[in-house]
Amino acid sequence: MEERYLLGNEAIAHACLEVPVDFVTGYPGTPSSEVIDVLRSRENRPSHVEWSVNEKVALENALAAAWCGLRALCTMKHVGLNVAADPLMTSAYTGVTGGFVIMSADDPFAHSSQNEQDSRCYAHFAKVPCLDPSTIQEAHDMARDAFSLSEEFGLPVILRPTTRICHSKGDVALGPVAVPDRKGEFRKDPRQYVVIPAHTRILHKKLNEKQPAIKKRLVALGYNTCSVKGKRLVVASGIAATYVQEMLPEGVSFMKIGAYPIDESWMRDFVRRHESVLVIEELAPEVEEQVRQVAGDIPVHGKKDGYVPYEGEFSLPIVAGIMTKAGILAKNPCREAAPVQNLPPRPPILCAGCLHRATFYAIRRVFRDAIYPSDIGCYTLGLQLGVVDTTICMGASITVASGIAKSGEPRDVVCTIGDSTFLHTGIQGLLNAVYNGGDITVVILDNRITAMTGHQPNPNTGITACGDASVPVSLDAICRACGVTFVETVDPYDLTSMLQVLGEAKSRKGVKVIIAKQQCVITAKRTGIKRGRYTVDAGACTACGTCIRFGCPAIEKGEEDKARISDLCSGCGVCAQICPTGAIVKGGKR
Amino acid sequence: MSGPGFNVLIVGIGGQGTILASNILGEACLIEHRHVKGAETHGMAQRGGSVESHIRIDGIYGPLIAPAHADLLISFDLLESLRYSHYLKSDGIIVANRHLVLPTSVYTQDLEAPAESGIVDALKKYRLCLLDADRIAQEAGSPLSANVIMLGAASHTLPLAPESLVEAVRRLVPKKTIEVNVRAFEMGRAAGDSCR
Repeated sequence: MEERYLLGNEAIAHACLEVPVDFVTGYPGTPSSEVIDVLRSRENRPSHVEWSVNEKVALENALAAAWCGLRALCTMKHVGLNVAADPLMTSAYTGVTGGFVIMSADDPFAHSSQNEQDSRCYAHFAKVPCLDPSTIQEAHDMARDAFSLSEEFGLPVILRPTTRICHSKGDVALGPVAVPDRKGEFRKDPRQYVVIPAHTRILHKKLNEKQPAIKKRLVALGYNTCSVKGKRLVVASGIAATYVQEMLPEGVSFMKIGAYPIDESWMRDFVRRHESVLVIEELAPEVEEQVRQVAGDIPVHGKKDGYVPYEGEFSLPIVAGIMTKAGILAKNPCREAAPVQNLPPRPPILCAGCLHRATFYAIRRVFRDAIYPSDIGCYTLGLQLGVVDTTICMGASITVASGIAKSGEPRDVVCTIGDSTFLHTGIQGLLNAVYNGGDITVVILDNRITAMTGHQPNPNTGITACGDASVPVSLDAICRACGVTFVETVDPYDLTSMLQVLGEAKSRKGVKVIIAKQQCVITAKRTGIKRGRYTVDAGACTACGTCIRFGCPAIEKGEEDKARISDLCSGCGVCAQICPTGAIVKGGKR
Repeated sequence: MSGPGFNVLIVGIGGQGTILASNILGEACLIEHRHVKGAETHGMAQRGGSVESHIRIDGIYGPLIAPAHADLLISFDLLESLRYSHYLKSDGIIVANRHLVLPTSVYTQDLEAPAESGIVDALKKYRLCLLDADRIAQEAGSPLSANVIMLGAASHTLPLAPESLVEAVRRLVPKKTIEVNVRAFEMGRAAGDSCR
């Protein structure tokens, strides 16, 4: 047994190597991405590891591998499960032969997400087991056990770590890595795999019949436990369980829920031994609803009576406050501490030299009074530049743009979408806009990579997850095939061309696509591209503030409010093109 | 809550190497066969934003440190020291890099730029150890070693043997940079000696 200090996602990846997993698919999304990033970089990796183009595609590929008897893993963030929900729901009917684990990483507090949905609800909805780790060690152990559980019941299993598991670290005991050697074989069985009405009605009944045995098994596995210490009971799940355990006083019972569906009779037996119950879980009241169902007339505190918040991420102080209000703690053990007020915020920002800043600048110059729907990626940070008016989910920039333009809104509509997001779910929106006579300008922010989640390759990059060469897809050809006739590819560092092409798009009717193509500045740096720095000629600078408003982190205000360029400069040269007095020039040490 | 653990918060700006620093502490705990829990910032928030790593040495429960419960704040940027100072216990210690990067918001939103002297005064209600990690890193031979300099300076306060920390540095930095980083640790440790 080996002990290592690992990120939750690294621990999950290691468990998959121990199983061993044969087939891995997924789409990057914080906080889930590192699982595949670890697996794809290992020498002894699973037989097949891919970054798929979206979560639906990923889930279907992995499901098919599990139908062929392989052990398959499919990873995504919580909102990815919405995209994959269609195959998920029916995969519970068809079942699997090889172990199939869907890791859907939730993000309470929406650290890096558009909502705070709870994947446990999906498991409930789809009637598949769900494992919800509270520690890094448990994340590892559950990932390992999820595959045997899946094989035992012939069902997909959802592993649902949250951000504070995925991106937390701890000392973890690991098992030995095994070498995958299975070969898939598809055994034809239309009654299982062809879900026509006559078949699916029977499959649904079979799925329902599996449930009682699953509940019993999850208790036997030891992921749902209860220690009776008194007449008051605290029930907790996920990471919230560790906060409770850290502060739980003597003489209070503790029930920890880590696996779903919960066995009601087991729960009823423990709950009924108490005089009051407090349920503490992040996000949806999945556990609480069940506790309330079995509690009879025993008072239950939780979300439904205002003791516990429905939203956000918990912490020691929040849980301490809940436990104090419920009388479990006599005195709140957390000290009051307010942060220092009025400090200038330091939010994440587009990098110095990022192509998106240059593109947004040009869009603003040409389309002064327009509506700017945008999408999910680093470029959502364009909000700070005033060029992001909407974001809802992956691929929704083009569709929202079409809808706004069709609504009678008189202003121009210019939307932005990244290359990976366009390939994920953007193409259909473009196709639809052309088909239905849209009048919008679409700017594809093409940085050749899925940057925000950690620079994963996509079909536009020209390499696969495991580093093999692939044919880079032509965004131009895709757009033309969708019926777009105005498709122009421009380098956003070339401001003059960018402004000219945007101007031309503005003057035309119909769906226009501009592909703003330039490598992500981080990958450019990694591949050794050096452009040389720019510097400000203080004699020529009039302190007009134009470059400051450009918002590049490399441009600071120096003496007499004149601009100064710091060593963050990556040499894109766009500021030199926007300076009205020509005061920004190439030079300065590198 | 008031267990035997030692809580360290490492803060800075995305890209300054807070994650490597926290990994070194975690590895040093493994070397000493001690439990450890940590939490850090990943994803988009890393793009030049304010970042934090929590490390709970001897921690067995959750990874997050509650405000007013950190024993040690290691800060790679002076403004970030102040932003997270409320995490410290009243008798906690700050080991901070003098370096101050003004956030772009100061320029784009015309906010008041905090002065170094004002920040230092505000931090003085805690035990404060200030050093110029960037200059020392240059002297050590690599500007990228500032994070290891900071750990060296903080090593007087950490409940981990310096030998364990050095061994952790050796295990975790790129092979070619072991020598320069070990030197950085020793130089940081010497620099931190004066403000123990």
